[in-house]
Amino acid sequence: MLCGVLDPTAGRAEVLGFDVSKEPDEIKRRIGYMSQKFSLYEDLTVAENLAFYAGIYDVSEDVFAERRLAILEMADLRGREDELAGNLSVGWKQRLALGCAIVHQPPMLFLDEPTGGVDPIARRHFWDLLYDMAREGVTLFVTTHYMEEAEHCHRLGFIYDGKIIALDSPKKIKERFADHIIEMVCDDQEAALALLDKHERVRNVYLYGAAVHVNFGDFTGGAAEAGKVLKAAGLRAMNAAPVSPSLEDVFVSLIERAQD
Amino acid sequence: MPEAIKTENLTKRFAGLTAVEDINLAVPAGEIFGLVGPDGAGKTTLIRLLATILLRSDGDAQVGGYSVTDQAQLVRPLVGYMSQRFTLYVDLTVLENLRFFADIYRIPADVRAKRIEELLAFSQLTGFTERPAGQLSGGMKQKLALACTLIHEPRILLLDEPTTGVDPVSRRDFWKILSRLHQDGATIFVATPYMDEAERCQRVALMKDGKIVLCDSPANIKALVPGEVVAIEVGDAHQGARVLREHPLAMRVDMYGEVLHVYTDDAGVALPGFRRRLEEAGIGIVSIHPVELSMENAYIHLAGRIGGQTS
Repeated sequence: MLCGVLDPTAGRAEVLGFDVSKEPDEIKRRIGYMSQKFSLYEDLTVAENLAFYAGIYDVSEDVFAERRLAILEMADLRGREDELAGNLSVGWKQRLALGCAIVHQPPMLFLDEPTGGVDPIARRHFWDLLYDMAREGVTLFVTTHYMEEAEHCHRLGFIYDGKIIALDSPKKIKERFADHIIEMVCDDQEAALALLDKHERVRNVYLYGAAVHVNFGDFTGGAAEAGKVLKAAGLRAMNAAPVSPSLEDVFVSLIERAQD
Repeated sequence: MPEAIKTENLTKRFAGLTAVEDINLAVPAGEIFGLVGPDGAGKTTLIRLLATILLRSDGDAQVGGYSVTDQAQLVRPLVGYMSQRFTLYVDLTVLENLRFFADIYRIPADVRAKRIEELLAFSQLTGFTERPAGQLSGGMKQKLALACTLIHEPRILLLDEPTTGVDPVSRRDFWKILSRLHQDGATIFVATPYMDEAERCQRVALMKDGKIVLCDSPANIKALVPGEVVAIEVGDAHQGARVLREHPLAMRVDMYGEVLHVYTDDAGVALPGFRRRLEEAGIGIVSIHPVELSMENAYIHLAGRIGGQTS
């Protein structure tokens, strides 16, 4: 809807000052869009893909000559202009797709899960590029499943079942979340999960990296309580202690609440 | 069966490319074993070799005690392979997909209905049996794919990025299911781009350019990263990162919103200098605190160093 492709059923939205239902073409011309399925032509080369998108967006030839160089530099693709897009690895494709999306220097960029299935290092490189663009004044609207990526954003919205259930800076979202989270490592994590899941004070319990996180809601004595329950069942909990909630803790908890 | 998976100099060459090179690996039965590495490292090829979908060029591997080269037909009933791509029939319903896989694996009629019922309950899909697979959410599709993978009760699971593109809540559900399978004694060999998932594995192998460059427990892998990581929250992250990257004691600076993660040998020694440099540049410091090293930190640090340049 924000890209002017789907018409809203009710309500309205403006992107760059244009109404999405009345002036969708004004929006489409001015934004960049990169989808989770990179819309590159696999049988065209790197340079041909860029030229194709420059054509679509009516970028004049002399402007494109300059842009082309800047984009190749940004995406670290200089010297690989003649490689087929289909032969690039996912990390490179991703950077080329980003290059194609900004060939017309849009002030606003929509990125729909741009880093799915990419390793942490390639994701870092990609985010460094996004940070550079943000500094130059480009507005970035990104969807992601990676909570660690959500931490990169100035503000973020949690969407669930078509509704925004939280909207603020990552820091504020975490600060406002009042539940008490206990982190621990158990000798038998799976048994601990099953046991704590049934505890009346436990809101939810889940694996968190190598540890277990237990959400005790507003109950402050969680660490002692968890230790006691596990001990009674012959399990051992190491280092059970309260931790400040991560974005993932908040997200998981908000969703579970919305499901109830 | 002491070892679920054992490879000896396992190698796979494609025209002009060695995708998997000289891999020696032993995975004891009942282990959750994680495989991580940059795109193009050979993770998918390795899993396909173990699943007997690809034939090795050199070396060999035993899966469930049988050679993937000479005894592939004995290996196949023992393994459940889930590919990175969604391989279900989108126009068949949940139930039809399960029946289809039951046919392929020749599950006898007398146990079939019960097993399908158990798998539906297990994957929380009981209420969706008549829905076409194409209309399931991403998380439900992955659970259905796993249920189909489990139809013949394999003891060794080969999972190739099973949760890519799935939201955190569904990923958690998926791992709860894996936990239960692990509890029942299954061996789980899983490739993942998510470092929090890697952290749940008993051992993790880092693959790069077709080779395994590191293989150990998450705790030991994290211990390989020298020094410490401090989180410095600043008024202007861009400027802050620029300034600190020039500081000789900052080995690496990553931006996370307004927070900078700075890798340094000894935070006690380095922090006064960081502080001074930021203040000189007129950048306000909101807070400074140590960060417990995560697998993500460790991966970024180690994968960049070991075995040459990545992507």
